[in-house]
Amino acid sequence: MLTVNHFTILSAVLFSIGALTVLIRRNPLIIFMGIELMLNAVNLAFVAFSHFLDDMSGQVFVFIVLTVAAAEVAVGLALVVAIFRARENVDVDEIDMLKG
Amino acid sequence: MDYGAFVEGLVFYLFAALAVLAALGVVIARSPVRSALALALVFLALAAMYILLNAPFLAVAQIMIYAGAVLILFLFVIMVLNPRLDIIGARGRGQTFVAIVFTIALGVLLIATLASGQIAPTTGKFTPEFVASIGHVQVIGTLLFSEFLLPFEIASVLLLIAIVGAMTLARRERVPHAESKRDLR
Amino acid sequence: MPLMLWLIPALPLLGAIINLLVGRRLPRALSSWLAVAFMAAAFGVAVSAVANLVALPPEERVLRETLYEWIGVGVGANSFSVNVAFWLDPLSAVMILVVTGVGTLIHMYAVGYMEHEKDYARFFFAMNLFAFAMLMLVLADNYLLMFLGWEGVGVCSYLLIGFWYDRDNLAVGTDEKFLSPRSSATKAFVVNRIGDFGFTLGIILMFWTFGSLSFAEVFPKAEEMFQIGAPVITVMTLLLFLGATGKSAQIPLFIWLPDAMAGPTPVSALIHAATMVTAGVYMVARSHVLYSLAPTTLTVVAIIGVLTAFIAATIALVQNDLKRVLAYSTVSQLGYMFFALGVGAFGAGIFHLMTHAFFKALLFLGAGAVMHAMNDMIDMRRLGGLRKVMPITFWTFLIGAFALSGFPLFSGFFSKDEILTAGFTSGNIVLWVVGVLTALLTAFYTVRAVILTFGGKPRWKEGEVVHAQDEHAAHGHGERGLHPHEASPVMTIPLMVLALGALFAGYVGLPSVLGANLFGQFLEPVFREPAVEISPTLEWTLIGISTAAALIGIFIALRFYLGDRETPQRLTRYYPWLYRLWSNKYWVDQIYDYVIARPGRWLANAFWTDVDGKIINGAADGLGRAFRNVGQALRSLQDGYARGYALAMLIGIVVVIAIVIMRP
Repeated sequence: MLTVNHFTILSAVLFSIGALTVLIRRNPLIIFMGIELMLNAVNLAFVAFSHFLDDMSGQVFVFIVLTVAAAEVAVGLALVVAIFRARENVDVDEIDMLKG
Repeated sequence: MDYGAFVEGLVFYLFAALAVLAALGVVIARSPVRSALALALVFLALAAMYILLNAPFLAVAQIMIYAGAVLILFLFVIMVLNPRLDIIGARGRGQTFVAIVFTIALGVLLIATLASGQIAPTTGKFTPEFVASIGHVQVIGTLLFSEFLLPFEIASVLLLIAIVGAMTLARRERVPHAESKRDLR
Repeated sequence: MPLMLWLIPALPLLGAIINLLVGRRLPRALSSWLAVAFMAAAFGVAVSAVANLVALPPEERVLRETLYEWIGVGVGANSFSVNVAFWLDPLSAVMILVVTGVGTLIHMYAVGYMEHEKDYARFFFAMNLFAFAMLMLVLADNYLLMFLGWEGVGVCSYLLIGFWYDRDNLAVGTDEKFLSPRSSATKAFVVNRIGDFGFTLGIILMFWTFGSLSFAEVFPKAEEMFQIGAPVITVMTLLLFLGATGKSAQIPLFIWLPDAMAGPTPVSALIHAATMVTAGVYMVARSHVLYSLAPTTLTVVAIIGVLTAFIAATIALVQNDLKRVLAYSTVSQLGYMFFALGVGAFGAGIFHLMTHAFFKALLFLGAGAVMHAMNDMIDMRRLGGLRKVMPITFWTFLIGAFALSGFPLFSGFFSKDEILTAGFTSGNIVLWVVGVLTALLTAFYTVRAVILTFGGKPRWKEGEVVHAQDEHAAHGHGERGLHPHEASPVMTIPLMVLALGALFAGYVGLPSVLGANLFGQFLEPVFREPAVEISPTLEWTLIGISTAAALIGIFIALRFYLGDRETPQRLTRYYPWLYRLWSNKYWVDQIYDYVIARPGRWLANAFWTDVDGKIINGAADGLGRAFRNVGQALRSLQDGYARGYALAMLIGIVVVIAIVIMRP
């Protein structure tokens, strides 16, 4: 019998892997993919809770998250393109203009 | 042992394993294209999970939006930029190591927290039977346009802003360059 | 006609404001004559106010006018208020007439004297402000308002003594080294501050004792509450007198006045005759009720006065700089005034103040005319023979000199004689003897100055170029050769008016054997002095003695400097220590330098370099450096790599989750 814990633990694993992607990859595209992974992991948790609590709010929230993810990807990728144009390079570790 | 439960379990573990392996693939693959394809697998696996969780509409949306739109966008950008093979690991070895250690710690902590938790007895009115009697899409649609109307509208505004922003960012500088003139023609 | 006392100080203030704000844009003549006009207008108002005063019966001669409440604290019995209010009685009447009258003449003279000065607006601004401050001082009806004028006078003297702040040494045609105008101004200010501190303490003590500072309340209360010799009153009067020694250049604070010669000559005249130095005399005379209650203080005042008179006179004997001779003579004459005050002859002191104002202003303006003619050369060793070139200046200067030396029938004779008579009848024979001796010295050095400057043969050549020690000093003359000439009428007219004053001002205060002391009678309602009855024989004797002292002094000077010119040099050779003692001014400056200035400077330096520089500044710097170092260290965390921040976030999240889980 599957319990909510099965899904949430899977969600936790995926979330951690997404975080790891963000932290150790240099290509901003793949970093975005890591972010998508984390968002999806959270979505999974939402849907799981929604199912096991018999409450549809979780699923509605997933829709909102989907929207935000789409918006974020659009803007993020536009940024990547802009940076690539300006610097001919999209290595995150060479973009250090935030340096104090 | 209940046959249905066994199949459910089988499907869950199968797709869970697929999701985790594909996610690891995203991390490990040096080529961005492969990472993207691995990500597609994760999306598909999660869509299967949604079906298991009795959310078929979400499963379809997941495939259409994530695997369809988002991923295709990724692939387009990869194609435009044509980046080199990526080096895995951050600038400093130390940082990569610390990142891995703390990510594992995060995972362990999350799992420990979630595994020790018990879910409360169900109280919601959207039992599977109730949802099935009305229709999943209809339930979600009704909710979106009644109880969650404001978040829905805000989300649509957000999308609009994102579209405008993306266009502004990705547009070429309007410098009267020889190249851009040629592009105009 | 309503009283308009406030107009008297307000007019010079208005002149000062105009010159301050728009003086630079005005033509020179307009700016300077404006200043004169406002002074003259103030004089006119003063005359009409005094006329109003005289119209009253003698016992009621007090005019009061309150402009507004300046400081008001509390209500009822414990309230304290200070008003901007004016008080005109015979004493302040004399003062305002002197200040505005002599002041107007000096202003007029200054128009001619400063005709080459570029910064005329600043000069006339400060001159008018000076007069304003002095008028506030003498018209105030309370000690706090008086203190306002008192400090204003100090500030203006600073501004004017340091008027040529960009020059280092004003001496021309001589190798003598004087303090620069800057340092002189600072010295005057600082020395005056010491006196002002005493004055402030005196005022505070007065407020503490009486709960009021207004003349109308303090004086009756003092007579009511205290016996003669009450310690509080003694301390209070001593403190006030310390203020007077600063402003009026008495021992121990007289050292600033000779150096004040660094200012333009009209300023010297103003300081010495009309404003500033008379402030101390006026203040003590104004507080005569308090001083009469403190015999100890009066004795101190008398002794200090006579000592100052004598010591300044001896220093004046050997000065080579004409203006400095006059400066020391002022110190000496002020000593006489304090001597008079100290023996309780307040009227005589004020009488001498009045006559002194005339002849000292005259002498200074005459010296200024000489400077003007001689390209600012004022060293008497290089003057001589000027009587033929500048007859008006010579004759008027001679009148002033006779008045100063107490030659019979000149103004100074009557006032000085009155002081000496008062000193004798008060019983202080020693002080009287010193006073007479000083009179002799005064006559000697005054005549010496006249002879060296105007008499004999010229010790300069027509067309000779005299060199200034400071290249700016020969202002307006450049490197032109000497071409002495009589001053223009704008300068000689004040000289002649003042000469009339120096001649006749004494006749308002005749000794009783010769006539009536109108001046004493005029001041009588203020001072309520008991008339001292002395026999005509004694009075004639005293007059004879002071006449003899003056004549002997003049005679010796004539012998020394007109006839046998070797005598002074021989004396110098025989008594070198005496000459050194006097020409070095008793080394008072040096003593102060070693005893006060150097330790003070050392202490200030120690506070500056060690306490302030190392401890306080070190603390501030250290704090700053600490923050900078911490920032420098933390800066490496801000490496600009977004991933580093993400990792930091992750670490934070993990730690927070761990803490939440670990909590029981």
